[in-house]
Amino acid sequence: MQHESALEAREPPVRAIGFVRRYIFSVDHKVIGLQYYALALVAVFVGMALSWLMRIHLVWPNWPIPGLHFLSKTGAPGNVMTPEYYLSLLTMHGTIMVFFVLTNAPFAALGNYFLPLQIGAEDMAFPRLNMLSFWITFLAFCVLMSSFFVSDGPPISGWTAYAPLSAVGSAAGPGQGMGQTLWAISIGIFCVASLLGALNFIATTLDMRTRGMTLMRMPLSTWAWFITSCISLFAFAVLLPTCILLCLDRMADTSFFVPSGLVISDRLQPHSGGSALLWQHLFWFFGHPEVYIAILPAAGIVSHVLINGLRRPLLSHKAIIFSMVAIGFLSYVVWGHHMFVSGMNPTSSLVFSFPTIIITIPAAVLTLTWLGSIYGSRLRLTTASLFALGFISMFVSGGLSGFFLAQPSIDIYLHATYFVVGHFHIVMGVAAIFGVFAGTYFWFPKMTGRMLNEGLGRIHFWGSFVGAYCIFMPFHYLGMAGNVRRYAAFVDDYMAPLMSVHRFITIAALVMGIVQMIFLVNLLYSLWRGPKAPDNPWECTSLEWATSSPPPADNFGGRSPIVYRDPYQYGVDAAGKDFVMQNEPFYAESASIPHLAEAAEAQE
Amino acid sequence: MSLSHVIPSKPPLPRGQRDNSALPPTRDDKPGKHLDASAPEPALTGIWVALATIAMMFAAFTSAAVVRQGASNDWEHIALPALLYINTGILILSGIALELARRTYLNGVKHGMPSAKIAVRWLTFSLLSGVAFLVGQIVVWWQLLARSVDFISSPTNSFFYVLTVFHAVHVAGGIGGLVRIWVKMRRFDLKRSTLNATCWYWHFMSVLWIYIFVLLIWKF
Ligand code: HEM
Ligand SMILES: [Cu+2]
Repeated sequence: MQHESALEAREPPVRAIGFVRRYIFSVDHKVIGLQYYALALVAVFVGMALSWLMRIHLVWPNWPIPGLHFLSKTGAPGNVMTPEYYLSLLTMHGTIMVFFVLTNAPFAALGNYFLPLQIGAEDMAFPRLNMLSFWITFLAFCVLMSSFFVSDGPPISGWTAYAPLSAVGSAAGPGQGMGQTLWAISIGIFCVASLLGALNFIATTLDMRTRGMTLMRMPLSTWAWFITSCISLFAFAVLLPTCILLCLDRMADTSFFVPSGLVISDRLQPHSGGSALLWQHLFWFFGHPEVYIAILPAAGIVSHVLINGLRRPLLSHKAIIFSMVAIGFLSYVVWGHHMFVSGMNPTSSLVFSFPTIIITIPAAVLTLTWLGSIYGSRLRLTTASLFALGFISMFVSGGLSGFFLAQPSIDIYLHATYFVVGHFHIVMGVAAIFGVFAGTYFWFPKMTGRMLNEGLGRIHFWGSFVGAYCIFMPFHYLGMAGNVRRYAAFVDDYMAPLMSVHRFITIAALVMGIVQMIFLVNLLYSLWRGPKAPDNPWECTSLEWATSSPPPADNFGGRSPIVYRDPYQYGVDAAGKDFVMQNEPFYAESASIPHLAEAAEAQE
Repeated sequence: MSLSHVIPSKPPLPRGQRDNSALPPTRDDKPGKHLDASAPEPALTGIWVALATIAMMFAAFTSAAVVRQGASNDWEHIALPALLYINTGILILSGIALELARRTYLNGVKHGMPSAKIAVRWLTFSLLSGVAFLVGQIVVWWQLLARSVDFISSPTNSFFYVLTVFHAVHVAGGIGGLVRIWVKMRRFDLKRSTLNATCWYWHFMSVLWIYIFVLLIWKF
């Protein structure tokens, strides 16, 4: 049947050769993972620099910041930023952090690198699509950054781009012309990239697992990436149409989001009948799942790292997986808790409040499983496991403040204050980034073949941990005292008692920034000079450690591993080791099972 | 890889872990070489996932339209051009032709006597009627614009164009896919999974269009 084979034959895998094909337009998931990581690293430092500018302006509003007018002549005359330009920087900070850091680093970067390795695959299911996803993301980043260079600068409507402010064009203020248009286009492009990426992750997890790798044998990090890609698939599928409608309102004068009779600067706007609430519903339908897109991969990575440090599996593997799945589903029915004070029907507030409280149950199951597993263990305190502990601490602190916000009656007071800012920075920003740090310290040897410096790592951890609490805990007090968010300056009489808190926060933020430089130095120095890493420095059980550091282009050197067991066989007594790798052929008695014996021979 | 290392005896099981090392291996040894019929086909999985996303995007547009309709009293009725019915018929015919092409081709393959010529003929018909659908949609827009049913004068119009154009863009992508399998089928190096994936996509375009059309008749 020669036609049968003609029909089913596969093209041989394309292997990139030249420099450009190998490092720039590479189809290798490992290179693409590193590219995402590098992009996220650039983005996080840009975002951090913006936050410094904002913090400095808040407490010393009249200080000129040298060189600021190069960024914008109209936005910072005499190097002092205008209130509007403060909002521009705020918008860019939030957008960069949420999309290009929190969505990219834990999911696209580390996931791309390690998901195929952990399931024993040669590459992603669609390598070329994978490359495309990265470059589309890169394009989105460039479009977003270009708004710094258009005449009246980046938009001022915040990362949530509420309509009608975002929909009416330059009448609404500086940055709302070209800047906001670029924002909407950039996010639309980002959605396309994320959808393609999620598709690739799902197909890879379902179809590319190596022999013996059942779904329940996948490490928790892979589970988290898989669940996250399912969430992304539907969340970004709503944000993309939303961005399209926004662009149409802005460019074609349709009226999806702009209500009738809106007068701005004495001019009646040409739109009529649109619904500003519609924007909020669509945006938050994406927005709440988005926060789990940021946090779930971190939770998976932290579980993976933590188990390795604990040298024993978590109390329950399944509890973690099912909780993450439950969070994934529930994340779609809570979006209204962002809209308690939006003028939405109060009954809806009540309706959205219930699932918001219920979603804390799987979150609590995760936390209790981690804590219960740590209890009474002898944790190996590597930098990676320190960051894993830090993640849990942040997840708990941020989750607790969420409880308060979930009550509509309390949220009426706290909404749009610094309390919310404290809540989401701790639970989404810091926690997810701690997850990325845990993953970085853990996997750097695999990615580069070199070890990171643990001493610097510890300094980095303690600096970040203490720093994060110093910055974000006081935000809660400010919020309870009535300090509103998204203001460029605070009026003296009522804010005066709070200014010392603000000053403390700003100083903490600057110190925290310097601590991050230690991380950068560690990263770059270890890349050149770090001690050579062995294949499995942490004595880990999963497949990414069953190949060389860094792995060869086809991951496992022309063969693929066979998986014999659950992912976390630690705390066993196996010929002097306390762990058994997933692909290690088997114990003596299973040798009597014929197909396993064959499999072992095939591997030899 | 430390595979030569054989562990002498079964280690005690850690808490919470089941030893299912006796589970049969589930995959062929070499990833990417799934030759048996039950092997997973990433192309098909990928298409299914893509269809889920596309469905979600249209769900988003639909719910936006419903909310917008309730938001103010400026929702107007559009008298739909009769051509839309003809276009619908053409798209359905295209789907049927594609299904015939698929079956003919796969049947030919199975019996070792390729009826590729007939299959290609069906495929050509499907492709051309797909293009005819697109052209028909363009004529519809043109007719409506001539009746000054323009994009911005009412939310009904806006959503009409958004839904139909967004669908047409996806149909255009599907036509690209059809051209691709047309070329491959003529050269007789079309893989089963590619063919099936493209067919799923194209059939979904018909289903999606019928959904949109019903929505238009009912709400617009
Ligand atoms: C543990 C359960 C959680 C509850 C009950 C909860 C509850 C809430 C509520 C009610 C708000 C709206 C407050 C307002 O705007 O007035 C909110 C805001 C927010 N939450 Fe949570 N949350 C939880 C966990 C999380 C997690 C895990 C993340 C991120 C990974 C997160 C990220 C955010 C963000 C980004 C915002 C604010 C967005 C903005 O208004 O700009 N939350 N949360
Ligand atoms: Cu939320």
